[in-house]
Amino acid sequence: MSDEKQFCTFYLEGHCFGVNVLEVQEVFRYQEMTAVPLSPPTITGLINLRGQIITAIDLRRIMCLEDRDEDAMPMNVVVRTPDGVVSLLVDAIGDVLEVPQEMHEKPPENLQSPLRELVKGVYKLQGKLLLILDTEKVVRQPVPA
Amino acid sequence: MDEMGPIINEFLTESYENLDQLDQDLVELEANPEEISLLASIFRTIHTIKGTCGFLGFSKLESIAHVGENLLSQLRDGEMKMNPQIANALLAMVDAVRQILACIESDRSEGDVDYSNLVEVLTKLNKGESVDIAPSASGEGSEAPVAEAVPATPPAPEQSNGNSHPAETVEEAPVEAEPVAGTPEPEAPVEETALQPADPQAPVETATADPLEGGDGMRASDKKGATESSIRVDVDLLDKLMNLVGELVLSRNQIVQFATGEKDSSFITTTQHLNQLTSELQEGVMKTRMQPIGTIWSKYPRVVRDLSQSIGKRVRLEMEGKDTELDKTLIEAIKDPLTHMVRNSVDHGIEMPDTRIANGKNGEGVLSLRAYHEGGQVNIEINDDGGGIHPEKIKKKAIEKNIITPERAARMNDRELINLIFAPGFSTAEKVSNISGRGVGMDVVRTNIEKIGGKIEINSEAGKGTALKIKIPLTLAIIPALTVTCKGGRYCIPQVSLLELVRLDQENTESQVEMIQGTPVYRLRGNLLPLVYLSKELGFEGGAIREGESVNIVVLQADNRQFGLVVEKILDTEEIVVKPLGNQLKSITAYSGATIMGDGKVALILDVMGLAQKAHVVSDETRSEAATREDRFDASGEKQTLLVFESSNKSRMAVPLSMVARLEEFEASAIETSGTQEVVQYRGDIMPLIHLSHFFGGPDREEQNEMLQAIVYCDRGRNVGVVVDRIIDIVEEHVEIKTGTGRKGTLGSSVVQGKVTDLVDVEGIILEADPGFYAETSENKLLAAAVEGGE
Repeated sequence: MSDEKQFCTFYLEGHCFGVNVLEVQEVFRYQEMTAVPLSPPTITGLINLRGQIITAIDLRRIMCLEDRDEDAMPMNVVVRTPDGVVSLLVDAIGDVLEVPQEMHEKPPENLQSPLRELVKGVYKLQGKLLLILDTEKVVRQPVPA
Repeated sequence: MDEMGPIINEFLTESYENLDQLDQDLVELEANPEEISLLASIFRTIHTIKGTCGFLGFSKLESIAHVGENLLSQLRDGEMKMNPQIANALLAMVDAVRQILACIESDRSEGDVDYSNLVEVLTKLNKGESVDIAPSASGEGSEAPVAEAVPATPPAPEQSNGNSHPAETVEEAPVEAEPVAGTPEPEAPVEETALQPADPQAPVETATADPLEGGDGMRASDKKGATESSIRVDVDLLDKLMNLVGELVLSRNQIVQFATGEKDSSFITTTQHLNQLTSELQEGVMKTRMQPIGTIWSKYPRVVRDLSQSIGKRVRLEMEGKDTELDKTLIEAIKDPLTHMVRNSVDHGIEMPDTRIANGKNGEGVLSLRAYHEGGQVNIEINDDGGGIHPEKIKKKAIEKNIITPERAARMNDRELINLIFAPGFSTAEKVSNISGRGVGMDVVRTNIEKIGGKIEINSEAGKGTALKIKIPLTLAIIPALTVTCKGGRYCIPQVSLLELVRLDQENTESQVEMIQGTPVYRLRGNLLPLVYLSKELGFEGGAIREGESVNIVVLQADNRQFGLVVEKILDTEEIVVKPLGNQLKSITAYSGATIMGDGKVALILDVMGLAQKAHVVSDETRSEAATREDRFDASGEKQTLLVFESSNKSRMAVPLSMVARLEEFEASAIETSGTQEVVQYRGDIMPLIHLSHFFGGPDREEQNEMLQAIVYCDRGRNVGVVVDRIIDIVEEHVEIKTGTGRKGTLGSSVVQGKVTDLVDVEGIILEADPGFYAETSENKLLAAAVEGGE
């Protein structure tokens, strides 16, 4: 384990989230996708990524946030997970940050579900907190009833 | 010999490969005589060659390999140490083997070269005599080789040494003589060893040079050698190629679509050319993955012979179309089902000789296998001239086994009855033999074949025989499919399940689509065709036929049942590349995959079977919901673990333990209500409770209890608590369902622990209490309720 880790950051309703850069395959702008009837509401659709069909998951829905405005175009963060490649829909993309390990802390105990299960840890950056997502849990997250 | 042709070619290809490796290994071994793994690998190679040529009848080759193997085994066991002499002899052996292989390749014989010298040398080495031709060296015993091995270690000078005297080897005749010349100077044998592998074609004995050359010449003029005409390729690489071709097909489709709107004639010509090339390439790449069906058939003569002899039957096996090729993955997939059917035919189909003669047939039964291509599919037929299937027997058996009710059976025609052999848990054999008929018969066969997009049909005439026909697609990756639309989305329907397209004109719609209790049906040439609305099945609102609108019906076949899928528009047929769905979507049975359409967008591929089941149109005798549920109680007579409990009026009830997720206790005060539904908070979730006593109309006994006992049933991540009065026990019992109690919510009764126990249909009860439980989304609740009501 190195002392510094790199995270690809993105924003969801003002919160700053991060995913380990090594898990991120690519980031691209909103692309039209094919809706999948009967699928759980968290799944927005299927995207053709250069011949590979990937599932797009709306992180807002996963985290039980309100849907974004209709004209707000989400961004795709394509991550590799043990369950295959999926695209996470987020509000906006931030920088790739290199953060020292000593700023790491466990997620606070009073964090509410479902965020509680999805956040692996918190980095105390200047002026904001960086919440590290557990992508494996995100893709396996049961559908909120 | 002709029949052996392919085997010999395979042997040659493999041996050449191994020999190249062997040369390297031997040289390396000389440098590191202690390397056990190298020795083991060399030993294995020689052993393989020996074994195969013994089988193929190449005695000379076998004898050489045999002595070589002996020598190697001593080396391997540490009884001897590697030294240049041994290395020389072994390399000479490798060359000899190579020569013989060349002869075999050119004229299928081992050639007339005499290798007895070599054999002798190897044998002597083997006896530890060292080589007698070098008595001085042998006199020094085992020390000499060690001394000689030392200069052998630096490889570079040897190599240059060896290369500087290439003529030596050719001139200095037999290799075994070489050490004699070499012994005075310690480097000489070393030089020699380096030389041998450097030029593998170097003749071992002068005498052999001529025939070898002759053979070489013939080869060049005749045909390509075995090694040149075939190479081994990693299946992964082929899969990758196949994927790429799939992508190319998609791009081609895209360009072809563009071209239709173009006027530039040169662009159109180029497109046509590209179109053609892509098709050819696709075909070519697909061919690389093809294997003749003969590869699996080849073992059937033996299977049939052994089987028929062991049960005293006489069966002749006829095979036609052995060369019919199909995709490797398909070959793998049909291997077991085919074998099962062949065994079945011999075991159950063909009668005993005396029965046959009594029926005026030849005492010897005929089982014929036929494979051929037809319309982009591969057909495989398995015919026997045996006793055939008696519909009446099937009927009796099916009723006995609770697969169908007597009333239903009475309504079935012979064809439908015969198809019952595909029902789960059905075995027609009077007695279950150890050959076939273990209760996992034809239903597994059918499932396996359907899994690869195939179909199986059965035709049988009592007393005359049975004909099974399997139709499978040539390949799985690229399939023709029909594209339809529904609520703005495009969906592909694999052509294999497509029967016909029907369009009802505006004025006829109303009169032709009739309703039976809310379920629409259409009269297709006198037969009632149940209609399924795609939009409804996919969870969209509305979708029923509106007045004054034409209707497109796609007639589909699922499981021997036909149904009409009502879609908005029918677009086109296209070759599509099937791509798997992500794990998150795999649980949705309505889709079998996704594909990329000509415009680069993703379209879902409908799973016809899944749709049919979802819409309950295949609730036929063989696969009705009840049948699958009854299956949980496994009619095959195996022991089952049951959870026995007490509910309403102290009646004993049971469910299979496999259906139970957990047993829980709740305090009565923990119960809350949500609407009319009683719920409890359970593991961070809200779990609905179902009171069994309410369901069966007993008194509310559990209300008096402080603690409630609940069986937690879990499906697709959702929990339901079934509240019972008292958990009694967990028992392992044979379950024989005696039907006829007809009580709602039960599957029947059985005797468990000597007491009559009702088997509870948990799924049915949950569905009754919460019709939406099995539906995917909340919108579906309505739909599910509607479907339930319509049944």
